[in-house]
Amino acid sequence: MVHFASRAIGWVPATLTFVLLGACGGKPAEPTAEPSATPSEPTAAAPEPDKPLVVGFVYVGPKDDYGYNQAHAEGAAAVAKLPGVKVREEENVPETIAVQKTIESMVELDGAALVFPTSFGYFDPHLIKMAEKFPNVPFFHCGGLYQEGKHPKNAGSYFGYIDEAQYIAGIVAGLTSKTGKLGFIAAKPIPQVLRNINAFTLGARSANPKATTSVVFTGDWSLPIKEAEAANSLADQGVDVLTMHVDSPKVIVETAEKRGIFVSGYHANQSTLAPKGYLTGAEWNWPKIYTDYVGMVREAKSHPHLLRGGLKEGFVKLSPYGPAVGEDAKAKAEAAKAALTDGSLVIYKGPLEDNTGKVVIPEGTSRPQTDIELEKMDYLVEGVVGKIPS
Amino acid sequence: MTTTSIPAAQSPVTGRGPRFSRWPRAVSAGPRWEQVLVPALACALSLLLFGVFVALAGVNPLDVYREMYRGAFGTWFSFQNSLVRAAPLMLTALCTALPAHLGLIVIGGEGALVIGALGAAFAATLLGDASPFALLTAMALLGALSGAGWLGMVGALRSLRGVNETISSLLLNYVAISVFKQLVEGPLRDPASLNKPSTVPIGDANMLGNLPGMDVHYGLVYGLCACVLGFALMRRTVFGFSARMVGGNVRAALLSGISVHSRIVITCALAGAAGGLAGMIEVAAVHGSANASLIAGYGYAGILVAFLARQNPLAVIPIALLLGGINASGGLLQRSFELPDATVNVLQGILFVVILGSETLYGRWFKPAASPAPALPKIEPVLGEVA
Repeated sequence: MVHFASRAIGWVPATLTFVLLGACGGKPAEPTAEPSATPSEPTAAAPEPDKPLVVGFVYVGPKDDYGYNQAHAEGAAAVAKLPGVKVREEENVPETIAVQKTIESMVELDGAALVFPTSFGYFDPHLIKMAEKFPNVPFFHCGGLYQEGKHPKNAGSYFGYIDEAQYIAGIVAGLTSKTGKLGFIAAKPIPQVLRNINAFTLGARSANPKATTSVVFTGDWSLPIKEAEAANSLADQGVDVLTMHVDSPKVIVETAEKRGIFVSGYHANQSTLAPKGYLTGAEWNWPKIYTDYVGMVREAKSHPHLLRGGLKEGFVKLSPYGPAVGEDAKAKAEAAKAALTDGSLVIYKGPLEDNTGKVVIPEGTSRPQTDIELEKMDYLVEGVVGKIPS
Repeated sequence: MTTTSIPAAQSPVTGRGPRFSRWPRAVSAGPRWEQVLVPALACALSLLLFGVFVALAGVNPLDVYREMYRGAFGTWFSFQNSLVRAAPLMLTALCTALPAHLGLIVIGGEGALVIGALGAAFAATLLGDASPFALLTAMALLGALSGAGWLGMVGALRSLRGVNETISSLLLNYVAISVFKQLVEGPLRDPASLNKPSTVPIGDANMLGNLPGMDVHYGLVYGLCACVLGFALMRRTVFGFSARMVGGNVRAALLSGISVHSRIVITCALAGAAGGLAGMIEVAAVHGSANASLIAGYGYAGILVAFLARQNPLAVIPIALLLGGINASGGLLQRSFELPDATVNVLQGILFVVILGSETLYGRWFKPAASPAPALPKIEPVLGEVA
């Protein structure tokens, strides 16, 4: 190894030449967009008529993952169909300085005038830094983290109440299950995930009071092997409907189909992976949201900093029902959908106990989706089998 | 460790070469320009193979080369982009390159980085109100110490218990990540970080800033210094000499009275300190807190850099820059040609294989047979007897 190493000195001239050539080839120039001292209002530059509006999308994983990233990529595809718009996409960008550089590169080299960094972890500090650096470029982030007065004015955040769709999926699952045992494979015990687990369980128990949801936390967003193990072990325990909150549900959906049990999807439509067992799924409706945003920016209207919505606002939707879903389940699901849409049904209302018997929402209290308390959820409701690892 | 075959004049008596070289290394390794030519040819061949690959994907290779150049080094922005991506790789590459001088293959850079980040974040939690200088110093010290302890453990296991260092360092990566997540999502978690569990932010005022006039953080300086110091340590000090002696021949080192145990543990600990520093920089210059986002594979990319640099700490610098450039241009390839993200991984893989393969080319073309031979006529018969 030692003499092996001593020859490496030859590398220095070779690569230095390559690199120096590179450094000299380009004209060193200051970044074009100088951050001005006083950030102006987010007036998205209205594109010149002959020049297309360049919209950048950044994904944390592969854009064909049948999950989180594919849902966003479907939104990007809808934006690409708009006239006079050019979409530039980059996948597998980690939540490190790499995403800052990707955004910078999109703005500097591609001329992006609007950027959607779609992963939750992109916001702080990466997106904030870039928004400060390019005050004329609007940035919209998926996650709902924007705080007025604290974050740059050209940044914005959106998120959907997808637990509404999970509630309806829970109704379908509770009525289709033969054993009454449902399974939920989740990444991390964070509020967003707990909210989905609880909504799914509450939905299932509203239709089938005996239903229980066994939950397995894998520990991270994309761990296909652990997800498959969890799916198999839940199936072994007699669970006959699986659902999940992980970045790519592909492995879980396929495992469920192979085991001959039902599955309810998440993020995107996975019905092609389980033509027999796919019941329905809680999906994002990003094509609508993204085309809306592009419309707002193009008309140079001011855009909201925080945009949230559920079924009513078109943020989320359900996959079409699979062949195993009965008429009764469909009717009950549609009724719940109508009630959630018109606001007559509130998912979280008292009295509500967690699975240790503690009252988490007292009698008479109702927590609609906008209630800030729901963002801090740290419990699993009655009917969930499992506990939050601490 | 066997010596590489070095071309030499054939013995007139036996008809085969002597068992070991008669010439000093500088001569026997062939002309100096060979050491430039071989890597350059390897790079050219890699680019050619990569061109075939993208052509099969239906994209004009010349366009791809031009775009890669633009994305990696073609503009001031691109060059800085490459520098910023190279910074952590310089440090994590040392995790592999330093122990390699002892003949050890350590691949625990990821674990050292993660544990170093944890140590640095812990230091920041303890000293929340300290001045930026004191805070950053404490973070760097504790980060480097944690990393040093982590890989020092690998060295100790190797030298005291004979545990294979490659396996133990690889497995310790997984342990490190689990420990990191357990603490960041548990005792060290900032209660305000609801959906992205993180430690308490160190605060904007305490962040490690950018180099003057550049959009590159100070981590680059840490990386450059560490590489230069690593080189100096291994090539210009008695410690480095003794460490390389252990790598060359453990028995000879033992017979000479060198403490092999301490050489192994100290070198591994220094390697871990470099990795831990990389973790501290991720916290202090990029993320502002420790969270799972900083587990981004820098440690594993460092292994690639170390091997391509042939374990030379100084060569790590340009190689890290080269790989930083390839990564920086990867995004542009995706966006301009709609090539999949894995495209740059293919290029890295091709480079790795071709460069390691090119090892065999050294000394093949130039047999310094005729001219030096008369200079050493008296040694010949002695060697002949030995052979």
